[in-house]
Amino acid sequence: MSLEELYREVILDHYRNPRHRKPLDRADAHAEGVNPLCGDEVTVELAVTDGRISDVAAIGQGCSISQSSASMMTDAILGKTVEEVRDLIQRFKAMMDIDHEADLGLDPDRPGAVLGDLEALQGVRRYPVRIKCANLPWTTLAQALDQLSAS
Amino acid sequence: MSGLEHLRADFPVLQREIGGKPVHFLDSAASSQKPTSVLEAMDDFYRCCYANVHRGAYALSVESTERYEAARSRVASFINASDPTQVAFARGATSALNLIAHGWGGEHLRPGDRVLLTEMEHHANLVPWQMVAARTGARLDFVPLTDDYRLDLEALEQKLDDDVAVVGVTGMSNVLGTIPPIPRIAEAARTVGALLVVDGAQLVPHQPVDVQTLGADFLVFSAHKMLGPTGIGALWGRPERLEEMEPYEGGGEMIADVQLHTSTWAAIPHRFEAGTPPIAEAVGFAAAVDYLDKVGMDQVAAHDADLTAYALQLLAEIPHVTVYGPADVDARGGVISFTMADVHPHDLATILDQQGVSVRAGHHCAKPLMRRLCVPATARASFYVYNTRTDVDALVEALGVASRIFGVG
Ligand SMILES: Cc1ncc(COP(=O)(O)O)c(C=O)c1O
Repeated sequence: MSLEELYREVILDHYRNPRHRKPLDRADAHAEGVNPLCGDEVTVELAVTDGRISDVAAIGQGCSISQSSASMMTDAILGKTVEEVRDLIQRFKAMMDIDHEADLGLDPDRPGAVLGDLEALQGVRRYPVRIKCANLPWTTLAQALDQLSAS
Repeated sequence: MSGLEHLRADFPVLQREIGGKPVHFLDSAASSQKPTSVLEAMDDFYRCCYANVHRGAYALSVESTERYEAARSRVASFINASDPTQVAFARGATSALNLIAHGWGGEHLRPGDRVLLTEMEHHANLVPWQMVAARTGARLDFVPLTDDYRLDLEALEQKLDDDVAVVGVTGMSNVLGTIPPIPRIAEAARTVGALLVVDGAQLVPHQPVDVQTLGADFLVFSAHKMLGPTGIGALWGRPERLEEMEPYEGGGEMIADVQLHTSTWAAIPHRFEAGTPPIAEAVGFAAAVDYLDKVGMDQVAAHDADLTAYALQLLAEIPHVTVYGPADVDARGGVISFTMADVHPHDLATILDQQGVSVRAGHHCAKPLMRRLCVPATARASFYVYNTRTDVDALVEALGVASRIFGVG
């Protein structure tokens, strides 16, 4: 697989023009994730209204993979119910799981195949040291959801 | 060109191809590759004369002990120490710095004393002092850098007063490549009676070092960054300073006598070497310094300087590449940190790796320095005896690929 497949247009676009980067005025949950090895940072804030994500922010710094993953994640979860978001986290992690499937091809029937823009990140599976970059925002999101259910 | 191109053949790893491409290994500042002579010295030692040291009366242990102590002498002579007892083996630069901070600092620092470090220290020459300062009530202070990435010597002299008990400085920055003038710093430290600790983890592998003219009280370095094995390094100290230092670890090997409630320590340097030491690693360490001496440390330094000048010149021609470090090759070693436009260093490292170029990306265990430079991370290329201009050309070409993918320029 070529580097062009790792660094797809859509990834670079989200990296350069990240969505939902403004801290929320009122957040129901706030979680901070860091990758101590490489220093990537993502902060996730959520506002929830009637069981749905009514507003979201992902603020951070790091490589194009972690930051574009965060940006795409905000687009993907806005308006979804907490349950749907948990399901999405599962599916995203399954897509990034290299053990999940020996075949690293871009199979349309893979669990990640309905993830829209996020599928652009499938290429990361070829670069095992970078998988944790793609996963960081999602792990942080899961922590934020745990706060919601704890409160 | 410095004429060391033939050395590459001595390094088995560098004969490999990865993904059909030759290995352009540009991460020796993190750890160096090993020549066949070092591998063979350790292998031979295990095959011919291995046993524990300083313990058995039998022939193998006697031989093993001789080889271990010969390695100490060899490492001591490499830095021109006047006596091998001035060298203690440690696990590496980190553990040697911990020994100094806890064993000397923990014993002698008092509330109100200051430990003067620099803004470009590796965490290994920072965190142990933070720990000891918290315990003793000493305070840490830091010498800033100038805008051209050198140590600000005027600020250093201003900060030096009678409260400064320890000055700790890297002999060569693992991020910027900066080589501060140690003899001058030593003179300044001496006027206020401060101890001078030099972190030689990058300096000793790359420049000729003579402890009799360096002016330091302590010097530490790691074998793995100078063609030797992991798991061993050296602490050199002035004899009177070594005598003032308490051991940090207790156990076998380091005692003179042990009663149930108290013990007395063995003579220096053995009192600092508790437990079974890394014996084969010491043998490998000696073989590594043999190799370096055969090349000649002046040659090693000249080779680094040649590659560094060549690389700095080529990098300066690439649009949007920023280099963090002195421009003057006389003030620096072969470590080049850089960034390219808004391409994150991790992305750079991945792209470079696909072209067979191994560089490091991250904070390089110097987070305070990254903050000072106002960057979260840098990419870093570093050179050693086995690198050639071809490696630099490969780096430059790979950066071209990165700028194309990210649409820089
Ligand atoms: C300047 C400097 N000091 C200390 C160290 C620590 O060396 P080691 O990890 O071998 O103990 C390093 C290596 O990373 C270094 O570059």
